[in-house]
Amino acid sequence: MSVFCDVQQAAPVAVFKLTQDFSKDEFPNKVNLGVGAYRTNEGKPWVLPVVKKVEKLIVHDDRLNHEYLPILGLPEFRSSSSKIVLGDDSPAIREDRVGGVQCLGGTGALKIGAEFLRRFYNGNNNTKTPVYVSAPTWENHNALFNSAGFEDVRPYKYWDAEKRGLDLSGFLRDLESCPERSIFVLHACAHNPTGTDPTQEQWKQIAEVMMRRKLFVFFDSAYQGFASGNLDKDAWAVRYFVSMGIEMFCAQSFSKNFGLYNERVGNLTIVARDADNLKRVLSQMEKIVRTTWSNPPSQGARIVAVTLNSPELFSEWKDNVKTMADRVLLMRAQLKAKLQSLGTPGTWDHITDQIGMFSFTGLNSKQVEYMVKEKHIYLMASGRINMCGLTSKNIDYVAESIHEAVTKVQ
Amino acid sequence: MSLFSDVPQAPPVAVFKLTADFREDSHPQKVNLGVGAYRTDDCQPWVLPVVKKVERLLVEDNSLNHEYLPILGLPEFRSSASKVALGDDNPAIKENRVGAVQALGGTGALRIGADFLRRWYNGVNNAGTPVYVSAPTWENHNGVFTDAGFKDIRPYHYWDAAKRGLDLTGLLDDLEKAPEHSIFVLHACAHNPTGTDPTQEEWKTIAEVMKRRKLFPFFDSAYQGFASGNLEKDAWAIRFFVSQGFELFIAQSFSKNFGLYNERVGNLTVVSKDNENLTRVLSQMEKIVRTTWSNPPSQGARIVSKTLNSPELFAEWKDNVKTMADRVLLMRDQLKSKLIALGTPGTWDHITQQIGMFSFTGLNPKQVEYLIKEKHVYLMASGRINMCGLTSKNIDYVSQAIHEAVTKVQ
Repeated sequence: MSVFCDVQQAAPVAVFKLTQDFSKDEFPNKVNLGVGAYRTNEGKPWVLPVVKKVEKLIVHDDRLNHEYLPILGLPEFRSSSSKIVLGDDSPAIREDRVGGVQCLGGTGALKIGAEFLRRFYNGNNNTKTPVYVSAPTWENHNALFNSAGFEDVRPYKYWDAEKRGLDLSGFLRDLESCPERSIFVLHACAHNPTGTDPTQEQWKQIAEVMMRRKLFVFFDSAYQGFASGNLDKDAWAVRYFVSMGIEMFCAQSFSKNFGLYNERVGNLTIVARDADNLKRVLSQMEKIVRTTWSNPPSQGARIVAVTLNSPELFSEWKDNVKTMADRVLLMRAQLKAKLQSLGTPGTWDHITDQIGMFSFTGLNSKQVEYMVKEKHIYLMASGRINMCGLTSKNIDYVAESIHEAVTKVQ
Repeated sequence: MSLFSDVPQAPPVAVFKLTADFREDSHPQKVNLGVGAYRTDDCQPWVLPVVKKVERLLVEDNSLNHEYLPILGLPEFRSSASKVALGDDNPAIKENRVGAVQALGGTGALRIGADFLRRWYNGVNNAGTPVYVSAPTWENHNGVFTDAGFKDIRPYHYWDAAKRGLDLTGLLDDLEKAPEHSIFVLHACAHNPTGTDPTQEEWKTIAEVMKRRKLFPFFDSAYQGFASGNLEKDAWAIRFFVSQGFELFIAQSFSKNFGLYNERVGNLTVVSKDNENLTRVLSQMEKIVRTTWSNPPSQGARIVSKTLNSPELFAEWKDNVKTMADRVLLMRDQLKSKLIALGTPGTWDHITQQIGMFSFTGLNPKQVEYLIKEKHVYLMASGRINMCGLTSKNIDYVSQAIHEAVTKVQ
């Protein structure tokens, strides 16, 4: 009799199951539009040239060793990461009220932030503080905040399926009617999975309500630079909120914009009212990190820090990012053009209106099933596609398949 | 008014505070016998030659990229890591009932194991299952299990200060009295901080009681190879327990034996009764990992995996490990001889009887304070010293300082 006999089988994570099914499929024209990682026009992963260059610099630098990093991470990584999102000349940084915690990707940054908030925000160990995540949102947000101890994770209105855009009035209504001090997880740019972001004017409205109702701002920033191709543009919302004097968290991921998915490079940026409050917050974050991973992994953080702190490499990196963002924009333009020329029923403007890696096609679950089973095109049940999975070689096949799905399946 | 005004300042982690104080000290003969990392005889960190070699191989390998690892980690790392602990030809492995989770160092492995046990062991979400840790133990054990949700963490008798050795009677007594199904955190070898391990006969007795009383063994294995210089010898206890049919966890760290401290290379080995139970356990571990760090960092795991899976590199690694272990043994020998030659009161056999990186000197807090403040020799308040901090250049100074502390301070 095993001590584990009552352990239930957990369901696999959907997006990885999709990739697994894709891998097993032998169909010659199969296409994977599932998991969110960049692909070249040859359908291959891309190690950024600047990353390759820096990895070589690091391996040949005999001054480096493998001694433990500080608990909060590599100092030059933390400061340059926070600068990337807030801007070099951010007044908050100059006022010494911005800190960073190097974390394991965006997930790790969300986790440490969530664990801190559960312990110290809105009272001590107040597990009942509502946490709002967008409807829909990244599949891991909900579970992550639950496992940090929050008992009340709720959706806020976000995607309007009918008009295929932002449900701003629903969103604002939820902001007005939620309990004060609720935590809101906001996507800094390139909303996952809808690709639909508030405009600057809409962000201003959102910020006004959040400030008035004392709601806590927790940004998830996984696509800075990747969305529009411009780092500052993609950070506008975060910087606007900071400029309004709000104390907030921003979970940053360098998985996508550095292509460093498997080195787990993330940063939790904390903006506090002043240095003293920041100091106490960071000291508690140390305690949380210590019992989770003790101190963070060096390799990815070093690559990012060396890059961000060298004008030449930084410039090369921005080029590499633009390369990725531009290819995505090209695929968006082409997919829409092809659907229009095929006369596929419906409007397809949302494909080019949406931003970032993902597009919320609007395909319903039956149509998605058709795509997967009949056409061997793998996408999420929600209708979300990863634009990076499109290439000049497969875009015709995909466009035709979408056409078939929409016309044959209701 | 800040959202964080009520957040208290957390005290720093003692061992890192010690190193911080050491750094600020400008005394020319200062010695750091605090944090547990290997140092050469020149008191420098040591990047293992085999690690340097493999890092160069990896950076030149254009078949590698940075795509996400599976949630449970790099497969070839997981299997080779478990083999190192259990032995290549372990029946449990052949019976397909051994699995693993690549984790963030030993800390991460402990944490995932603890999170799993709190959710699924001894009932569902039984936060009241007692968890026993040795008295004394690594300072972070308590925090890891507490943050995993366990409410009842207790000490088990281990160190006998009077006789400067293992309190076996006390230990066995605690095993007999512990509630059935309690979890026991056992140090696989080179006990931290006492350096005192049970003998093989003692382990057999411990195992017998644990089996009879249905106690769960959770091994912490951070020093395999480092303790005696021999991988198999250091894994004897673990392998004995497995041979007795226990289901158990092993939190392995490759921080010390690979000198890869900052790449966070760890592995949680799971031994279950059969493959079916193992599968369900691993599926739940995936869920836990997904909301903690999503998937683990690649660099360190690749280095270890490449090394363990190549006969040539594996042999070179074992050599490097023996180099470290031998230097520690030399320092133990010399420290004891010098104290005996100085006629320092007390017996000093424990210095050479103890095993691994640490020695529990037996110095009391006043004597420790004297060493730090008057002699600028930094060690933990418990009297624990890191033998790696000793070198041929400072060993006379340190022996002299200990002599003074023992004779002048009571």
